[in-house]
Amino acid sequence: MSADGIAAPPGASPLAAIRAVPRAGWHVATVAATHRETPNASRIELDVDGWPGNAAGQHLDVRLTAPDAYTATRSYSIASSGDSTRVVLAVDKLPDGEVSPFLVDDLRAGDQLEVHGPLGAFFVWRPAVESGDDRPVQLIAGGSGVVPLYAMAHAHADASDPTPFRLLYSVRTPRDVYFADEWRALAAASAPLQVDLVYTRQAPDDWPAPPGRITREALEAAVIPAAERPRVYVCGSTGFVERVADWLVGLGHAPGDIRTERYGGT
Amino acid sequence: MSFITRGFSGRGRERDDRLPPGQTLVGDFPVLSAGPTPDIDTADWAFTIRTESGVDHTWTWDEFMALPIEDVTTDIHCVTHWSKLGTGWRGVALDTLFEGVDTDYGYTMAHSYGGYTTNVPLEDLLDGKAWVAFEFDGEPLDPEHGGPARLLVPHLYFWKSAKWVRGLTMMEEDEPGFWEQNGYHLRGDPWKEERYW
Repeated sequence: MSADGIAAPPGASPLAAIRAVPRAGWHVATVAATHRETPNASRIELDVDGWPGNAAGQHLDVRLTAPDAYTATRSYSIASSGDSTRVVLAVDKLPDGEVSPFLVDDLRAGDQLEVHGPLGAFFVWRPAVESGDDRPVQLIAGGSGVVPLYAMAHAHADASDPTPFRLLYSVRTPRDVYFADEWRALAAASAPLQVDLVYTRQAPDDWPAPPGRITREALEAAVIPAAERPRVYVCGSTGFVERVADWLVGLGHAPGDIRTERYGGT
Repeated sequence: MSFITRGFSGRGRERDDRLPPGQTLVGDFPVLSAGPTPDIDTADWAFTIRTESGVDHTWTWDEFMALPIEDVTTDIHCVTHWSKLGTGWRGVALDTLFEGVDTDYGYTMAHSYGGYTTNVPLEDLLDGKAWVAFEFDGEPLDPEHGGPARLLVPHLYFWKSAKWVRGLTMMEEDEPGFWEQNGYHLRGDPWKEERYW
């Protein structure tokens, strides 16, 4: 009954691992800026008093409180990383949502809310000089699932990390690409990054492939081969992640090399 | 803590006494896992309780299904703030599985196919508090929800209800499992909001 695969982070005893994670706490955040990221999403920059910094790929909880003390709390991936107390979110508006429509449509600079974090120590990437792991990294995102992967790619560029990075990003239309300008800059930076886009509803005019959901064959063609033993991070809706992770295992990637984060529910 | 966010009034006003603090009701059944969904044939499935003396109590799928089966209707609470009320399950009580197990240890580590682990004190598994469940809402448990069988410990946050469970190892002292090493609370009582340590 020894644990295998995902449950065995190498090199550290369980208690050492626990001590290595900074303790999460509640912080007051002031909105520094918001802007429309896509037709359905906003980028929100927060100045967070006492934020201890975060690793690329971590998330936080946002708590909103109404005048009658009613509260609502939701989890969001963080698009930024490092020591800064400026924390960047990119929030997709869920139909019938209670919190995300408020954040996307109503929140403005100067507003305050509470955040709890940083949270999560598993779906994270650290530069090779810290982790000692120079295996290539394959990022695979569906829609807003790109947010934590963007944080990883950005941290990779900031560190001028030589680890080969490749992103496969599935979006509905060109207007739905999060961080569109930033991806161009990151792909041109010194840290190696290749970006592959898949359009599911509408592709640019000169795009070589018709729009449509990603196929197993297209996935195989656009990801670092299993033989190179990439570490793989997959983030998106449950259906997307289930499909992609199944294919990856079928293509020979070890389940323990595939880390997933699913955006499900409300 | 009272801290008002300008312009926020909230829409989810139907509070329910069964909803722990910080939780939101959902109608669907979100999936949270750290990796790919394992595909486990019941022909290959077994459940093992390993004691401190190295004794293994193992049930194959057929042996497991021959045990007394219970219907359970219960609320479930995920650390990511969703709750689902009145969910229906079928499974075998841990009380049944522990009937012939001789152990002095007070803690367990649940192990799953795929490598997931989570620690649960023995007293949180006995006295009608936990099951190994194989049906949800009258259907065999979907692989993405932990099928063919998962732990069901509904009075703790749902990451304790290990999917694809294959056994428990008795432990003398409490030790963190997978999410517990990655920032989640060692026990996870939703009513005390034991989300993160």
